[in-house]
Amino acid sequence: MAEQAATDTSHAYPEASGLRSIAADFSSDRQAFRNVSWGKAMMWIFLLSDTFVFSCFLISYMTARMSTTVPWPNASEVFALTIGGVTLPLILIAIMTFVLISSSGTMAMAVNYAYRRDRRKTAILMLVTALLGAAFVGMQAFEWSKLIHEGVRPWSNAWGAAQFGSSFFMITGFHGTHVSFGVLFLLIVTRKVWRGDYDQERRGFFTSRRGNYESVEIMGLYWHFVDLVWVFIFAFFYLW
Amino acid sequence: MAQASAHGQGQQHPIRLYLVVWIWLFALSACSYFVDYFQFEGLLRYSLILLFMMLKAGLIMAVFMHMAWERLSLVYAILVPISAVLVFVAIMVLESDYTLLSRLSFFGPGT
Repeated sequence: MAEQAATDTSHAYPEASGLRSIAADFSSDRQAFRNVSWGKAMMWIFLLSDTFVFSCFLISYMTARMSTTVPWPNASEVFALTIGGVTLPLILIAIMTFVLISSSGTMAMAVNYAYRRDRRKTAILMLVTALLGAAFVGMQAFEWSKLIHEGVRPWSNAWGAAQFGSSFFMITGFHGTHVSFGVLFLLIVTRKVWRGDYDQERRGFFTSRRGNYESVEIMGLYWHFVDLVWVFIFAFFYLW
Repeated sequence: MAQASAHGQGQQHPIRLYLVVWIWLFALSACSYFVDYFQFEGLLRYSLILLFMMLKAGLIMAVFMHMAWERLSLVYAILVPISAVLVFVAIMVLESDYTLLSRLSFFGPGT
């Protein structure tokens, strides 16, 4: 019966494209995301929900900044660093951005090598990704301690609107937590790749499902999302 | 065909593609840093920030997250709900303008 229905829909929409293919997929009365594994679809849906979390943070920051009568601190000066006698605006944030983008690049290549079943290169590239991620968290910790030393608190700071501190700690703290868990997640998947779990289809300790190199791509989706969120934080919080 | 192979053995693209996108992301990040470094002001600043941001986000989503090769129903299921965020932004812009106006007229100096 189910078999019958499946062949019927495929006959009704032989080469559907564009909006018709979407209508066909969602009305197919079966799996909506055809050719997309459940693991990948669920990671995408999780990322969508996480998008809303970060959107809420950024929107509340926007609301605080737009509605305050006190001038907003100039991020360009607050995050400036003096290196060798030269004061560079936002330099640490720029370096953090480059580090995170590089980690995204190595992750994308790791996914590629994973599908070529190149165990060694995948594991090395993922390890590099994890190291870059850890470096990012380290620089963020440095930035936090610098600002805390300068007297920034969630309820006050020396340069202007008090909401600057609360927005800063909330947004970068939540993002840093995502990066930290991503590093942990990366190390776990790296170990599995290195051990050959995905070649031997060894069962996972939590889901008991057969290992598959698609896990690397799903991990990659999360990691790229963390980078994606940073693009928005960099634009709205640091540059605006 | 492309989708069948995407399911069977995963996404297969030349490494070169990722390196090119990586270089682009570096260049775009450098551009957005220079927006601040050269202290562009006003509308120019905001439009440049948004432009570089959208280009970077688009590249990451389309190439690194392989959305350009995903099935259209998945792409729409992810991208369409995000438009609700834009509605939320619009609502909060109006709300914060109103809050600012109230603060200026009731708590401002000289009132």
